[in-house]
Order: sequence, then C-alpha cells, then structure tokens
Amino acid sequence: MLLLDRNGAATDGWTRTEGAAIGNLSRALVGFDALPEALAQLAPDQQIGVLISNALAVSELEPFLPRLSLIAIGFPAFADGRGFSQAKAIRRAGFTGSLRASGPLIPDQFDYALACGFDEIELPDTSADRQTVLQWQQARGRLSQTYQRGYRRDGNILDRRRLARTASGSTAP
Amino acid sequence: MYRYDEFDERFVRERVGQFRDQVARRLDGSLTEDEFKPLRLKNGVYLQLHAYMLRIAIPYGTLSARQLRQLALIGERYDRGYGHFTTRQNLQFNWPQLRDVPAILDLLADVEMHCIQTSGNCIRNVTADHFAGVAQDEIEDPRAVCELIRQWSTAHPEFSYLPRKFKIAATGAQHDRAVIKAHDIGIRILKHPQSGEIGYEISVGGGLGRTPMIGKVVRDFLPKTDLLAYLEAVMRVYNLEGRRDNKYKARVKILVHEIGTDEFRRRVEAEFAKLDGPSVNADPEELARIESYFTPPAYQSLPEDSQALAVAKAANPDFARWVDTNLTPHRVPGYSAVTISLKPVGLAPGDATSEQMRLVADLAERYSFDELRVTHAQNLVLPHVRKDDLFAIWQALVPVGLATANLGLITDIIACPGLDYCALATARSIPIAQAIAQRFADVERQASIGELNIKISGCINACGHHHVGHIGVLGLEKRGIESYQITLGGEATENASIGEILGPGLPAEEVPNAIEAIVGVYERHRHDGERFIETVKRVGLVPFKTAFKELADAVA
Repeated sequence: MLLLDRNGAATDGWTRTEGAAIGNLSRALVGFDALPEALAQLAPDQQIGVLISNALAVSELEPFLPRLSLIAIGFPAFADGRGFSQAKAIRRAGFTGSLRASGPLIPDQFDYALACGFDEIELPDTSADRQTVLQWQQARGRLSQTYQRGYRRDGNILDRRRLARTASGSTAP
Repeated sequence: MYRYDEFDERFVRERVGQFRDQVARRLDGSLTEDEFKPLRLKNGVYLQLHAYMLRIAIPYGTLSARQLRQLALIGERYDRGYGHFTTRQNLQFNWPQLRDVPAILDLLADVEMHCIQTSGNCIRNVTADHFAGVAQDEIEDPRAVCELIRQWSTAHPEFSYLPRKFKIAATGAQHDRAVIKAHDIGIRILKHPQSGEIGYEISVGGGLGRTPMIGKVVRDFLPKTDLLAYLEAVMRVYNLEGRRDNKYKARVKILVHEIGTDEFRRRVEAEFAKLDGPSVNADPEELARIESYFTPPAYQSLPEDSQALAVAKAANPDFARWVDTNLTPHRVPGYSAVTISLKPVGLAPGDATSEQMRLVADLAERYSFDELRVTHAQNLVLPHVRKDDLFAIWQALVPVGLATANLGLITDIIACPGLDYCALATARSIPIAQAIAQRFADVERQASIGELNIKISGCINACGHHHVGHIGVLGLEKRGIESYQITLGGEATENASIGEILGPGLPAEEVPNAIEAIVGVYERHRHDGERFIETVKRVGLVPFKTAFKELADAVA
C-alpha cells in the first residue's frame, strides 16, 4: 500500500479495524456499517474515519460528517468515476477533514481527484509497484490550467479570462 | 470562427505532451493495457480490425480552409491519402501508425485542432446544426454555446470517468438538423413564450445503439446564464446513478427510462438547487467573448436572384440539376449554402481524398469567407456562397468528382465504416451503400423519388443512425452469414421517431431489391408532391410489409 498526497509519499496514521472495535486506537478507520457503534465508543482523544463504498448516497453519510476526521472512498476500479462526484458532494456538505481515494487509481487522475476535493490517494501495491511516486508527482499539473469553475484548483481559465477582462477594462475578446 | 486564445493554445499543447507521456508509460510498462486504453481512447485512438484508427474532433462541424488543408496533409503523410467524415461531424483516419500519433497531434495543434474526447466514457465532441448561422429558421447561432460546452467538458475533473460515452448536440433553429433527440443531451435554443428572452430547452436520454430512445424534455426553459450549472447537475446525477453493471445499459437513456422522466427531472432539479450556480457558470461576458467569434461575415448587399446563375442554368442542365438539388436557402439575399456531396455513386460515403480536401479548402477560402462545415450526413458545406459564384464552384468540383447532385436523395446514404474497417461491426456497410447507389444511379429516377434518407449501420451500435432513417438498414451476422434487417419510418428531425422492422433479415445481395420494393409501394401510393416519409406516415406500414414479405418469401 502506498499513500500519496499532493507533496508525494505520505505516512498513513490510520488503522483499519474489524467491525466497531476501535479499542484505544488514536486514529481508527471503520466501515460505514460499524460507524454508529464506533462513534458511540469514541473517547475524547480518539479520531475516527470511515471507509465508504462508492455506491453510498452521500445523504446517508451527512449526519455523521461533523464527527469524522477522515473519509476514505473506495474505488473498485480506476474507470469507475462515482467517487469523484461523491467527493464533490461531501465537500459541499461542509466536510473539512481528510478525504482519501482508496483504490487502483492512475496518475492521470491525480489532478482530477484533488480538484474534486480529495487530499490523498491510497494505492494498492499492484498499482504502486508499477507507478512510482515520481510519476504521480509528474502527472500533477501536467495540464497547468483547465476550464471548469467551482473545483479545488487554482486559476481556472474562465477566471483568468475574467481577470484579464477586468485588468483591461474591456469586454472585447 | 472561434480562434484559440493563449489559454486554449497552451491547453492543447500540454494535452499533446500529456499523451506523449502516457504512450511512454505504456511502453515502459508503468501503465497496463487496461489502464492505457481509456487514455488513448480519450485521445481518439482506436484499435480497429486492421490498424489503429484516429478520430479527429471537428467541434460543431466548423472548419477553416487552413484546417482542412492540414487534414489533407496528415492524410497524405500518415495515412493513405484520404479521410472519412463521420456521423458526428468528425474525421477519421483509418491507417495511421501508433508511433506517429503524437506527431499528428502536433500538426493538429498547429491549426487549433485536436482529438480530445472523440472517444471514451466521457463527454464527446459537441455537434450542431451544420447550417448554424446560415439557416433562415434560426433564432440564434448554436456554435457559441457549443464552444462553451466544448471547453467546459474538456478534461473535466469529475466527469471524465462516466458510466458510458455522453453526446451533446445543439440547434438554434426550428427545424432540427442536428438530431438532438437522439443525443444524451439535446439543446434547443428558443425564445421564452412570454418574456421573449432567449434560453435553452434541454432534452435528456436520447440515443440510438441497441436500445434506441428519443430524448425527453427535462427543462422547458433554462436561462442562458445557468447552463453550466444545470449541465453539472445532469452529469452528477448520471455519474452517480447511471448503471455500471452492464455496459449495454449504462447510457443515461437507460437511467431516464428506468426511473422515469419525472423522477430524473426531480433529481436533477434537486441537485441544481443545491449547486452554487454563480461559482460554476460562465460569466455572460465569457459567452459574449465566444459569441463575438461567430458574428456574421461581411456579406455584400446583393439582389436575391442572380442573373449569372439563371444564364448558366439555362445553358447547362447538369449544373441546373446540381443547383436545384444541393443548395439550401441562406438568410442573406443573394447567398446560398452549398452542400458538396461526398456520396458519388460507387464510392464509400463520407470519404474524401487529400486532393479533394485541398480543392474544397481553396473554394472555401475564395468563395465562402474561409469557412466550411461537416454535416452529420457525411457531406461538406460551403455555407456562404454568392449565387453569382455557383457556376465557377461547380466547374471546379466536377473534375475531382465532387459535383454529385444528390443532397437528401436516395443515393445520399449515411453509412458507418462497417466490417471493412471496424472492430465492432458484424456486417459490411459500405458495399451495401454502394450497391443501393448503383441501383438508383439514374438521376431522373432519383429526382422523381425525391427526399429519402437511407441510413446503414454495420452493427447494433448504430453509428450509421439506421433507427432514424426513413429506410434503415442494419447489418447483423447470423450463423456466419451477413443478414440485413430493414426498418421503415424513422425520422431524424424535430419529429424524431424510431423506424419499425419490416420483416426477416435479408442477404446482402437482396437489399437493393428490398429498397426497390419499398420505393415501388411509395410510388404507387403517394399523393401529388408528397414526400416519402409523409406517405409512410399516412398509409402506415402494412402495404410496405406486404411487398417486403413477397420479396422475403421468394428469397427464403
């Protein structure tokens, strides 16, 4: 398993648990089904994260958001893009903790994942063995500017054009 | 025409660099073939029966002379001297080498073109009415909104790994020439009935393929400023809820069908209401910036009728026939839109040689304000031609085999590449089109039959739009033998409808006879001046089925 964030390889401080048995783990990652029970046991110095399927409706997760420090969204395959929309909806619902994409993503999706609100990627070894941390870093920003507004990316093209219009004080192309 | 600014230019160049890097990572094993496949598809690279195929985007079907010349050059240097125009207004090269693709992408970028998202499970090249900006029945040129959508849908962070491909088409006219009801999203520009404000009617869930469906209107009127937020809402509902368990049920049309139009609309509106529209939408100034590229060219003030044209027609019956067949009325007096048919009898529909492309580019530059269009019916258009110049244009077209007078006639056949090229095909399409065209080659006969759209697909995926052909031909494979199913009564217009199957499949050599039989029924039943499709709608399928059965029984 390789954990990546926007700065490169990262250390995973989270421990997955069986069911709701979070014991005295400082950072426990539980499945969605076990979440209510795990939250009931939560001690003040503990943090809890949840691993969700990409078929889960975000509305079901929403009541728990204020008490979660990490949400890991499972990507069963890199071509299954539901997780991107879930991430976007989770951020819109006000979640400020860490958002993790967990599955065999490819470096060419790194920017997309970050733009949709993810902070980190958890890659299985079968992917990490082929795709180096360097490749993931090189894939970041390969398209330096893109067109969509409303995503977590600096300087989209439409806003830059707006800036240029404002600077020139004109609406002409 | 739209021109790239510094941002568009940089984007396309970086995208070429990204693809080069993707190819390199595939070659060194970093990417598996499964991982690489969607990446190459999103750059238009298919692996076909005999070779790679490269599909080049021609956004909303508009091209300049310089761009067409570049396509001619690419065809000569990297292919076999010709290209194939498709039913989605794109151009395909059938024989490029994979190693040459990055160099081709560089050449395309030099003329503000690309192959981005011409394939793959993403939002595809946006298509439009090929008479945009020209048609007399147009409320507003749809190409500006198409360009806005092209940019917005390009490398979209959230919607690049959809359940399935996603096609958007737009028209600004009353008469639908863009087949918008057979698209995942169809956009029709209209005036609000009360306020007169211009906005969009949005249809969702049309599509052909193995489960043909006509799009349903989900929004009667969408204000222009809300477009991107509304599209985002539609795409998010689809991305989250579209089926991923079965690729044949993964298009948005199946979702709309399964949950119902009202429920789909409710979900989209709920998502749209939650969206922060102003943070998503383009500024009105941005749309205005794009619109400024589509302002009308500097037309001359001319009389409606051309004396020179009348004289040339009177002296030359072949020219007169071409004028009477291949012109479309232009909104400006003294001008006409000219369709250059890529359907000469006996050749592959939609193919053009590099030599032909260069000649058409020259004509566009000289006579049509440097502009051309590609139609979904696989023809080319010179959109703004002075009637005074028509004879000179025709004279230039004749020697290169581009003066076929058959726009909308029985030999103006849409056909997919079929089993001659395509890895998905179950039967040949091009030879069937050629055989039908040969059968009806007589120009008098074609004129007397009048408007009749034949559309041929070589497999159930329906790239040849057979479902919406007046006569549709679908090539299947039964026990190792090609078998052709004939449908009747489809329409691709604002009255879009799906054709009905006439009877059992026929062997290839019987298809022209079947068409002949169908045409015979029409000729016996038609009222004076009645078009083929009107007769079919009036008399119904029964007499056609009877004639078809006689033929099928004789074969069996």
